[in-house]
Amino acid sequence: MIGLTHYLTLAAILFTIGVFGIFVNRKNIIVILMSIELILLAVNINLVAFSVYLHDVTGQIFAMFVLTVAAAEAAVGLAILVTFFRNRGDIAVDDVSVMKG
Amino acid sequence: MGLQAIAFYLMATVTVLAAFAVVSARNPVHSVLFLITAFFSAAGLFVLLGAEFLAMLLVVVYVGAVAVLFLFVVMMLDVDFKSLRQGFAQYLPFGLIVAGILTLEMIIVAISIATKGAASKVTGPMASLPDVSNAETIGRVLYTTYVYFFQAAGLVLLVAMIGAIVLTLRHKPGVKRQNIAKQNRRGPKTGMVIVDIKPGANTKEGVEGE
Repeated sequence: MIGLTHYLTLAAILFTIGVFGIFVNRKNIIVILMSIELILLAVNINLVAFSVYLHDVTGQIFAMFVLTVAAAEAAVGLAILVTFFRNRGDIAVDDVSVMKG
Repeated sequence: MGLQAIAFYLMATVTVLAAFAVVSARNPVHSVLFLITAFFSAAGLFVLLGAEFLAMLLVVVYVGAVAVLFLFVVMMLDVDFKSLRQGFAQYLPFGLIVAGILTLEMIIVAISIATKGAASKVTGPMASLPDVSNAETIGRVLYTTYVYFFQAAGLVLLVAMIGAIVLTLRHKPGVKRQNIAKQNRRGPKTGMVIVDIKPGANTKEGVEGE
């Protein structure tokens, strides 16, 4: 029978893949943003799994809020990326320190 | 129950493989497409859990909006992605060590929580109240207990939208724009000159008084 352990393990693996993606793609900020989305997806799976197995709907509500924040974060992150590309001509993360005022 | 296990393992495998392909694909467009695959199979897992509303939300918000936004940006920016992959092999061993330790720790915690924690006494999965649908179960709590959080989430989205627009908005020089306030300010006094032309005089002399 598929229990809570299975879902938590899956979420753990997904979370780690996200962290791993940030480690190995240090220069490509688009892949870093996608890795963050993966991490948030793992968090969502955790929240929903606990919500379902503890018979408490609050977890699903919080998963929804996490989804909202993830969407907002992706939109603002990509907007910053587009502006940065417009000014610099590339998206190398090493040069992002030029953005400081 | 066997069918459920098959469905879980199938979708879990697809999710993990697609997630791994997201971080290791050479072409970022492929990365985005694998991200869509991962979200889709995660939505399938949510359906399996009984959380249909969240599953549909995942498909609509992530696949329909976020992933397409990523696709737009990846295709719009003309970036040399080969140079961005420098250091991939350099950081690979360190990343693998950290990832391995992290996975092990989290799986141990997950097993101990599921067998000894609060969830160990629970009989089975239940995503909704017994007599209503999943969406109604969420709605009953979301619009009562969490109504202020719900409004705050809306505010977060509004701020993010305005922020994204302000960040990407730019005025090109040399493009004529309509300024409605300026148009409305313009009245007969500023927009019109009454010239009293004397008979036989040149018109240019009449305007001279302006």
